[in-house]
Amino acid sequence: MTAFQAGAGYSDGRREEARRPAAIALDHSDPESKRIIVGFGFWIFLLSDIIMFSAFFATYAVLSGETAGGPSGKDLFDLHNVAIETACLLLSSFTCGLAAIGARAHNGLMYYGGMAATGVLGLGFLAIEIHEFVGLIAQGAGPTRSAFLSAFFTLVGCHGVHVTLGILWLLTMIAQVFAKGYRADILRRVLCFALFWHTLDIIWVAIFTVVYLFGAGA
Amino acid sequence: MSSTDDYQPLHGGDHAPGDEPVGRHEIAEGVVGYLVGLGLAILLTASSFFIAGTALVWHPSIPIALVVLAVAQIGVHLVFFLHITTGPDNFNNVLALAFGVLIVFLIMVGSLWIMYNMNQNMAPMAMPMG
Amino acid sequence: MFGKLTWGAIPFDQPIPLFAGAIVIVVIVGVLAFITIKGWIPYLWSEWVTSVDHKHIGIMYVTLAAVMLIRGFIDAIMMRSQQAIAFQSQGYLPPEHYNQIFSAHGTIMIFFVAMPFVIGLMNFVLPLQLGVRDVAFPTLNSVSFWLTATGVLLVNISLVVGEFSKTGWLPFPPLSELAYSPGVGVDYYLWGVQIAGVGTLMTGVNFVTTILKIHAPGVTYMRMPVFCWTSLATNLLIVAAFPVLTATLAMLTLDRYLGFHFFTNEAGGNVMMFMNLIWIWGHPEVYILVLPAFGVFSEVVSTFSRKPLFGYRSMVMATMAICIIAYTVWLHHFFTMGAGPNVNAVFGIASMIIAVPTGVKIFNWLFTMYGGRIVYATPMLWSVGFMVTFVIGGLTGVLVAVVPADFMLHNSLFQVAHFHNVIIGGVLFGMFAGYTYWFPKAFGFRLHEGWGKAAFWCWFIGFYLAFMPLYVVGLMGMTRRMQHYDVPEWRPWLLVAELGAVTVLAGILCQVMQLVVSIRHREELRDVTGDPWMGRSLEWSTASPPPAFNFAVLPVVEDRDDYWRRQRLAERGLGPTAEPVYKAIEMPRNSPTGFICAFFASFGGFGMIWQIWWLVIVAIVGAFATFVVFAWRDRTEYEIPAEEVARIDRANRRARGEAVANAEALT
Repeated sequence: MTAFQAGAGYSDGRREEARRPAAIALDHSDPESKRIIVGFGFWIFLLSDIIMFSAFFATYAVLSGETAGGPSGKDLFDLHNVAIETACLLLSSFTCGLAAIGARAHNGLMYYGGMAATGVLGLGFLAIEIHEFVGLIAQGAGPTRSAFLSAFFTLVGCHGVHVTLGILWLLTMIAQVFAKGYRADILRRVLCFALFWHTLDIIWVAIFTVVYLFGAGA
Repeated sequence: MSSTDDYQPLHGGDHAPGDEPVGRHEIAEGVVGYLVGLGLAILLTASSFFIAGTALVWHPSIPIALVVLAVAQIGVHLVFFLHITTGPDNFNNVLALAFGVLIVFLIMVGSLWIMYNMNQNMAPMAMPMG
Repeated sequence: MFGKLTWGAIPFDQPIPLFAGAIVIVVIVGVLAFITIKGWIPYLWSEWVTSVDHKHIGIMYVTLAAVMLIRGFIDAIMMRSQQAIAFQSQGYLPPEHYNQIFSAHGTIMIFFVAMPFVIGLMNFVLPLQLGVRDVAFPTLNSVSFWLTATGVLLVNISLVVGEFSKTGWLPFPPLSELAYSPGVGVDYYLWGVQIAGVGTLMTGVNFVTTILKIHAPGVTYMRMPVFCWTSLATNLLIVAAFPVLTATLAMLTLDRYLGFHFFTNEAGGNVMMFMNLIWIWGHPEVYILVLPAFGVFSEVVSTFSRKPLFGYRSMVMATMAICIIAYTVWLHHFFTMGAGPNVNAVFGIASMIIAVPTGVKIFNWLFTMYGGRIVYATPMLWSVGFMVTFVIGGLTGVLVAVVPADFMLHNSLFQVAHFHNVIIGGVLFGMFAGYTYWFPKAFGFRLHEGWGKAAFWCWFIGFYLAFMPLYVVGLMGMTRRMQHYDVPEWRPWLLVAELGAVTVLAGILCQVMQLVVSIRHREELRDVTGDPWMGRSLEWSTASPPPAFNFAVLPVVEDRDDYWRRQRLAERGLGPTAEPVYKAIEMPRNSPTGFICAFFASFGGFGMIWQIWWLVIVAIVGAFATFVVFAWRDRTEYEIPAEEVARIDRANRRARGEAVANAEALT
């Protein structure tokens, strides 16, 4: 603490007793403030990711009628599969929340159990989605058929790629806690992973509403 | 920004987005929060699927109803899964979210409006596109 | 095995790129040989390549920008020369070559000169002005820089291996689709810009977090320098706009590589959607470039007028207003594309409205100067030059915001003159002002004033000679990007423009001389105290250059321009003189993660361009492995012991004390 900070004031007699506002100063000594900084930074990144998705959404919305004489959403979408995919992802968000609580509480059962369940549900989602894509391509409704299908495969596929990367990350986080325990920096990464995974479910809500429910119903 | 004119939030007064509002030992409370969120989300999702396929609802209102339900589901996720609240410790997180929502709105509405007008003004095609 | 890559990719039959490429290769090999022989490789690796220090990263960004400015300018003077010669003749550049040159010129100047320059300055200055030790995510900062360098590498490789894009600096379809651009040129553009764009987005996230979450005690939002506010607005725009660029370029890439139909003429594609999306990015991009320049001017004008900035609150509000409105004007880049009068009117009016907060800023700078004791050092010359030049450019902008006028002027040289007017007059002059202003802080000695002034006047006069004629010739009907023409009325103006380009070249040479002379005479130009300009903000309280940890003890701030106030008290012998209590400081360890990531990204990008798929897979696996290795680190920080901190800080305090004593002795 400088004499300044101790409120020694100026030698002209004016005392400036600081309101002592404590700001987050980057002196690397406080895991709590690091958690806030890392969490906020990742939040900003996620907002940028949502904005990227909105560009794909806008493109999909503009091109959704451009079927070039080919099949449209009504012809192609199977809402039963979509319902199962939605259930998988929604439940996985729940299990991810359990894993996050487990991490904070250093509870192995909740953490590993929650992460494992999240991973299995995520893989289930991916399996159904890949099956859907393969099926569409097989019946001549692949992304090169029309602008509508290009936009569909890109928007939904981009989400699927994010889920895939998320599962790779999930596996890494399981390995890290296993290898190094509930260290503060690893817990920060778990926080970021949870943020990521929940955001993927939020984006899925938009996708199944705008793409599948609108498309199939129209 | 003027609300932070006087001082920065203290260490414990700022909240990381997505962080559990409960401490290490309040596991049950945390789980209850997620269960409530899950329950609400299941309800809203099921309603969406139902409304999309049913004849019981006035047809032209279906898109709007679906959008409203989607927004509600996203809200449930934000509150129960991401723990975004309106408390002062979440101010920056909410402001960032609001900024993001504004940009998404501008992109979606702007693009749809512009492209609709442009497509309207396209000259009629002599031959159908193949 | 090597995809589409063959020996035919090297332009043995085109003398100009071959010659240029040969020179570049000789220079690079020469520089590498020189530093190897001198034994500098270990030093460069540990202090610069693997550095996560924001100061070093900032300097590397600015260096990258300066080198690419040379390349972009060479493209420019080649274009000017072609247009000076090619009256009723083909000139010396065939169309396929000329098209690559104007595309490379724009791409390099925007993505690899202006962006790195801006980001470099923000990198160096922000933590110092906020009173902290580094940005929020130092290693991510390094990754951002090296990914930008990857973009630079890929774009420059296109000179000797393959070709560059011929579509202009934005790859409009259908010209940029595979059907009309079957070569690798557009792919070089796509991968170079896409990879660099990821780096920039990371910077945006990094700086938004830093500005909003990390300051020294007492540095509240309404006390931080205006440069920090403009940086906040800039980085919010980066976070909001660059994802759209990523998505749009990805869609074009999918069209080209996998036969998708986003922007093709067939199967329902809509080329206008590309225009819409790319300008949703493109307009915020130009505000990303100019807002930091506005921040620089706020700092420079108040320092060299010896007055606090006039209207701090209105500056902040104007800055945030510009930030938001910037995202609502993008259609003015394609008024002529047929959206109709209603849509055009809304965006035209919004484009005029955005001039208002900019005008507020200009008036605030003028009112800051009014009644001040102005010192016309080089940074101040750049600032005054900016005020005149940018106002003219802004006025022509409001002119083309009038939709009927734009229907005549769109894609003419009037438009070209307008955007060069605001980018050179605004962004570049701002970057030069910032470079001159903060150079002593970065390197410990000032730049030579005489050569600096000469450089300014050459650039200033050269700019007007080069671009005012373009307004005229644009009004006469000359379209942009013409490889040849046969209208005799245009010729004299284009010759004057060529003279302007040569004058700017003289300016650049003056800047090179300035650097050489300053390094030679650095002892006379030495900045002993750390505050060569009587600065107002916190960066001037550190030594020049600052130690790795920036501040021995984080300053406690009580007002705006707090450093200025404390310095004036110190000069009168008032204020605290006691030494602070020194504690050990933990700093983040250097890391090769950024460099290695970029290494894999470079090979991955090259592999994608030439469709060498095994290389792409190796690169992706390598990049992922790099992340995992980085995540597995156990030791992420190193400690600087308290005695070391004390020793460094005492030296600075002593130097300042002596300077104050010397000043008193003189009076």
